[in-house]
Amino acid sequence: MKVPIQKLTDLGLGVFNWVDDRLHVKKIWESTAGHHVPQSAGSWFYVFGSATLLCFMLQLVTGIMLALVYVPSADEAYATLEYLTYHQQLGWFLRAMHYWGSDFMVGIMLLHMTQVFLFGAYKYPREITWLSGLALLVCTLGLAFTGQVLRFDEDAYWGLGIGAAIMGRVPFIGQQLVDFMLGGQIIASETLSRFFALHVFVLPGSVIALVSLHLRMVLTKGINEYPVPGMVVRRETYDKEYAAILKKEGVPFFPKAIDKDIITAAFVIGAIVTCALLFGPKGPGGPADPLQIDANPRPDFWFLWIFSVAALMPAEIETFALLVGPAVIGLVLVALPFVNGTGEKSWRRRPMAVIVTILVWISLGMLTYLGVTSPWSPVMNGWSAETTPDAQILNRTPLELQGAITLQYKQCRNCHAIDGLGGERGPALTDVGLRLTKPQLVRQVVQGGGNMPAYGQNLSPSEVEALVHYMISLRPEGIPPARDTTLPRKAKN
Amino acid sequence: MLALGFGLNAVAGAAVGIPLLGYVLSSFLKPHQLDWVSLGPVEKFPEGKTRLGNYKNPIRRSWDGSTADIPCWVRRIKGNDFQVFAINCAHLGCPVRWFEESKLFMCPCHGGAYYEDGQHAAGPPPRGLFTYEFKIDNGNLMILAGALPTLAQPNA
Repeated sequence: MKVPIQKLTDLGLGVFNWVDDRLHVKKIWESTAGHHVPQSAGSWFYVFGSATLLCFMLQLVTGIMLALVYVPSADEAYATLEYLTYHQQLGWFLRAMHYWGSDFMVGIMLLHMTQVFLFGAYKYPREITWLSGLALLVCTLGLAFTGQVLRFDEDAYWGLGIGAAIMGRVPFIGQQLVDFMLGGQIIASETLSRFFALHVFVLPGSVIALVSLHLRMVLTKGINEYPVPGMVVRRETYDKEYAAILKKEGVPFFPKAIDKDIITAAFVIGAIVTCALLFGPKGPGGPADPLQIDANPRPDFWFLWIFSVAALMPAEIETFALLVGPAVIGLVLVALPFVNGTGEKSWRRRPMAVIVTILVWISLGMLTYLGVTSPWSPVMNGWSAETTPDAQILNRTPLELQGAITLQYKQCRNCHAIDGLGGERGPALTDVGLRLTKPQLVRQVVQGGGNMPAYGQNLSPSEVEALVHYMISLRPEGIPPARDTTLPRKAKN
Repeated sequence: MLALGFGLNAVAGAAVGIPLLGYVLSSFLKPHQLDWVSLGPVEKFPEGKTRLGNYKNPIRRSWDGSTADIPCWVRRIKGNDFQVFAINCAHLGCPVRWFEESKLFMCPCHGGAYYEDGQHAAGPPPRGLFTYEFKIDNGNLMILAGALPTLAQPNA
């Protein structure tokens, strides 16, 4: 039988025209996907926005899949997570995709923001694009945090405790805010339910609305042209200049400028799938059982820097910094397109912007690294699990050996390492005999200070004596111990 | 007519909005509720020692699961003289652990440390451990509990 190609084409065209007559599909397509952009904007630097949106759509799909099984109840969430991970066919893959998709979404969004900042895209007339982007940043970080809570394990439980503790520092209405956040007076069923509602309804809905606004602005005010050094933005002339650029080198976004976005999309999906396959989903860790007090709570990757800040900040300014700091950062970011809305766009002519960007990324990177290693956390089993290296026991007197036992038994090594074994909260003791004299060691042990508890109540004088003798013996062979330089050197005998 | 429409809708909006706000913001309206709960007979806690106690939160739902089980540190100084500490570090709420040998509470998050009596010993916490009010009732150790202790609400 001969296929009536002409007839089928006519039929298809007829259906299309019928739909188009009612929905104006062609017009919508032309004014959105077909809108004109400067050819220079079809750059590899301009792919991060669409890649972030792609991650979000991936999160929507995998999130809906997970919601088919997950039960947001404090009693059952953990069991459903374990079921998803170990029993549900490909459940582990969906969980892994959702986890890595979230990491990629935040990361790519930060790249997008960096690019927008360095290319001056926030300047006139794209203020609302920038502001809606900031709102999207807040929503995305909110999604990442609430998602971490839905993985209702020990990290989630104690992470909520940390959130509540920060809320509890707000003056006057701290307690009400804590109760509001937790949906009650403790972390329990209603806490999980409200984080579920945020993560699944409120925040994704807000993101969809904000993305619409964000993209609407791209259509009305146009995508930022690739900045050229010396091309200065002036409120009076910019719109005309941009129209001239579009006239001269404008190309329809589809199909002329979208190619790099499409290639990037494939790579991003590939990277997320690769990570999901290689590393799998995160957790769940131990169950959210408060009685399991040997938890070691750590936030997810993109919040590790906050964890570090909380550990490293001087205690006196902590409440102020935790509450006022985010407001100040927010205010600066909101004010940016208004106080710096004109002038040079190119990063080549904006050294301060480049320096600020580098400093912010270095700071975030270093704080994240510190968050991973968390040297300020005591190693809770340092005293019971770490061995004492041979070299630090050989050729010691009985008194010194007794001191070595005291050092181990009194948990000193939870905070102090010997030969790299043990905690890093306090200074390593490997060569402490070179640094501190006997009276200094006694004072430090008994009175504490400099972030060390005083052990005077918990050590007998003979224990202190043995401990200090042992610590003096902790130094390289053949080098004399530290001495008090205010006293005359003892004659050699 | 339009003014009437706006007016009617303002009333309708209030009829929906006020209960809605009342529902969501109930924590701002409800006074804090605490209740006495038992940690068990006094003999469970040897004199001069610090032990982990636990209780069921007095306000709970049947779907709370294990989150209704709250631990606390019980220090029996002598006789009926107790100190009951919240598990939560005063810094950012992580669970502190007791080390009998060095007589210290240590926090795994940011390295806060407290002495045996709950006083701040080292690290970032702005104060000592949060404590529960306690009483002895019929040979049982009772504490006043029901809320996550924070700096805003130090009584656990």
